[in-house]
Amino acid sequence: MATPTPPGPAHPSRPSRPTRAGFGEWWSERSVIERRLGIGAIAILIGWLLLIAFSSFDLSAVYVAIVFLLLYVPAWDKLPFRIGRVRAGRLVIPVALIVLAVTYPFYFDRLFEVPIFGPFPAVSTGVYMLVYIMMAIGLNVVVGYAGLLDLGYVAFYAIGAYTVAWFASVQFPNHNVHFWAVGVGSNVPGFHISVWFLLIAAGIITAVAGVIIGLPTLRLRGDYLAIVTLGFGEILPQIARNGDDLFGSGFNLTNGPNGITPIDSPGFGSVNYLTGYNSFFTSDRLFYWTALILVLITAFCSWRLRDSRLGRAWIAIREDETAAAAMGVPLMRTKTWAYATGAFFGGVAGAFYASSKSATFPGDFFFNISVFILCMVILGGMGNILGVVLGAAFLAYLDREGLANIGGWLNTHFGPGGSTVQIWSTQIDVPKYEFGIFGIILLVVMLFRPEGLIPSSRRAAEFHEGVADQPLYDVSH
Amino acid sequence: MATEARRQPLIGTRRYRPDVMPIAGGLLVLALLVWLGINLVKTPYDFLEITLIGVTVGAIYALVALGYTLVYGILELINFAHGDVFMLGAMMAATLTVQVFSLHDNEAAGKWIPIVLLCLPIGMLFCGVLNATVERIAYRPLRGAPRLAPLITAIGMSFILQNVGLAWKGANYVPVPNILPRGDVFNVGEADYQWNKLIVLIVTIPVLIGLIFLVQETRQGKAMRATAQDSDAAAMMGINVNRTISFTFLIAGALAGAAGLLYALYVTNVRYDQGFQLGLIAFTSAVLGGIGNLPGAVLGALLIGLIQAFNEGLNWHAPGSDWTQSIVFTVLILILVFRPEGLLGERTPEGG
Repeated sequence: MATPTPPGPAHPSRPSRPTRAGFGEWWSERSVIERRLGIGAIAILIGWLLLIAFSSFDLSAVYVAIVFLLLYVPAWDKLPFRIGRVRAGRLVIPVALIVLAVTYPFYFDRLFEVPIFGPFPAVSTGVYMLVYIMMAIGLNVVVGYAGLLDLGYVAFYAIGAYTVAWFASVQFPNHNVHFWAVGVGSNVPGFHISVWFLLIAAGIITAVAGVIIGLPTLRLRGDYLAIVTLGFGEILPQIARNGDDLFGSGFNLTNGPNGITPIDSPGFGSVNYLTGYNSFFTSDRLFYWTALILVLITAFCSWRLRDSRLGRAWIAIREDETAAAAMGVPLMRTKTWAYATGAFFGGVAGAFYASSKSATFPGDFFFNISVFILCMVILGGMGNILGVVLGAAFLAYLDREGLANIGGWLNTHFGPGGSTVQIWSTQIDVPKYEFGIFGIILLVVMLFRPEGLIPSSRRAAEFHEGVADQPLYDVSH
Repeated sequence: MATEARRQPLIGTRRYRPDVMPIAGGLLVLALLVWLGINLVKTPYDFLEITLIGVTVGAIYALVALGYTLVYGILELINFAHGDVFMLGAMMAATLTVQVFSLHDNEAAGKWIPIVLLCLPIGMLFCGVLNATVERIAYRPLRGAPRLAPLITAIGMSFILQNVGLAWKGANYVPVPNILPRGDVFNVGEADYQWNKLIVLIVTIPVLIGLIFLVQETRQGKAMRATAQDSDAAAMMGINVNRTISFTFLIAGALAGAAGLLYALYVTNVRYDQGFQLGLIAFTSAVLGGIGNLPGAVLGALLIGLIQAFNEGLNWHAPGSDWTQSIVFTVLILILVFRPEGLLGERTPEGG
């Protein structure tokens, strides 16, 4: 008979690493600035070596290096000045990052080419990235804060997108309702309500839908909840796909696989987003800045929510449902709030994106998209807003431009007639394997760094020490 | 209000409230039966033929659903990658029959029977080893981690396997020739029953009996049941838990391999993303029957197969194949919400 596996702590906490003598000791004795200077110098050195190796050196690399040094090296948060009750130093990096993001349309095309990845993303890609950042922050509320695995997040995105598609297009030509819509003639049939109102309305409708989905299902245990949300995520797109003739009644709800297009764009005064205003306010830039504002609002709300009473209740439920219930946290209400909040952000993001690309198709709402957003949250670090933002930006960029660029680079260097060495003889279509790559990311991150690249320290502790997240009894009634 | 409530005696004051849910569920089932009955009266031969199709498809689902239920029973994990293991099994079957043994349409019985009988164990072994490897890579390192962690790696693994299929066979349907004979076994009026449907059952039933024998009678099956009940206690009794879990995945994969072969031969086309969809349907079957319960998985699969066939085949007010996925998921959601223990499962303290 085989040797029995001894029962015991399944995942013992790791012993603290002994401090190494020599370099480690020397290193830990340096001041913060010296240490950061060292890491910064090494990072910049490696970056420049890469740039030179791939022969795309550019003066803009110097500017990027300077910005990096200015942001990273000084211990800004240790500055003694205060603005009101907030330490001034703590605002330096966020403000600088926001300024960099806001001015991005003016300098992105003058930046150097990153080796392998190619040029920096265009502004239209930036809009796409920001929309996905918004959705990832929303999903992070559900998965990261409350610990409920939602595999049907795309359903909320779909509800938001179709809300704006119904009320700001010519989908229902028998009605003629206009309300503050910019750039739409008053005799155009259909509902035309200002997209600005619709963004809020879509969020609220989606939140209500989240509550309706959540009320019967949130009682279920984690993995059952995941599969039920997956079910909703499959049912709603199918309704969208078959909704051009609902049950043979002839009522065209969603225009079927052709989708609803065109959708009105939001407007600002007399400025129409689709055409832009002038060479400064082009439509790409207008959408980019609007999306940026939405992301900032979303991130701020998410950050404040995390530290609120509700947010602490979410985290308590995530860590130990039974203990949280015993401490008087109302499980159902708290979970439903998490669902509604996540759904709200997803709905706003979906509505904005549908309006920005002026169309919505049922093909946009595959299960893959749910996993795509989940992958962003997990890669960045569940529960950490900065991590989620970076993870979402990176993956959305890969989806839009990055994989194609990387594929092109790989094929020119190692593909047929490759400039370095020919390894494969037919062109490899890298973007085709996008979801396989995301699958590998999910797997590798969960196996080796389950807390994500930029973790919240609390979530990291849970993953390494384990939590009692399997309730002994159903305590939800 | 509050004082009024306090004045009343404490025991036996609860007003009788009829429970709405069983009534609503009963009405739903009644409406379903009426719909089936009308269809039966209107087109009896179609009805019979569609029922036979449903049983055939249900038998294939049963093989996949058993894989879900075995793994869930022992690890409490939804193995999302299982459907994709099945898909790779079907692709393996397509490769073996077409490229290795170069079978064609309407092959002579003396040729295809031995080849299919040879392909069956090869496919089962391939999928079994694949599934056990998936467990080794993606689930074993995460024992004791929060429950969400292996679920997420399962999704990752599912996508990886899907892309393996994509890289192997491309994005289009892989055609498989009509190897199985399509002649009628019998016909009742206008309803026909072809050989290919019967062969699916002829292969499925011994596999199911073998599985029941394995789980109920052998030493290894006893170890599986013990580990499913309480893995810590099983370890204390000298059972090698990790090996038992690997063995379970091997068996589950082998069932998926058999299903893949049958699917490739019966449906005659395979595509890289079919595994995930069929896997979800099979998982629904497992939940419908009561997850962790082997006869339940077979029953659930037959029911889901019938639901799908009736939905797609019947003439009178059937929603049609556009809605199959939605109907299956609606069944899943209703079952999970109202009877999480499934049709044959028992209620556990965890509440399902």
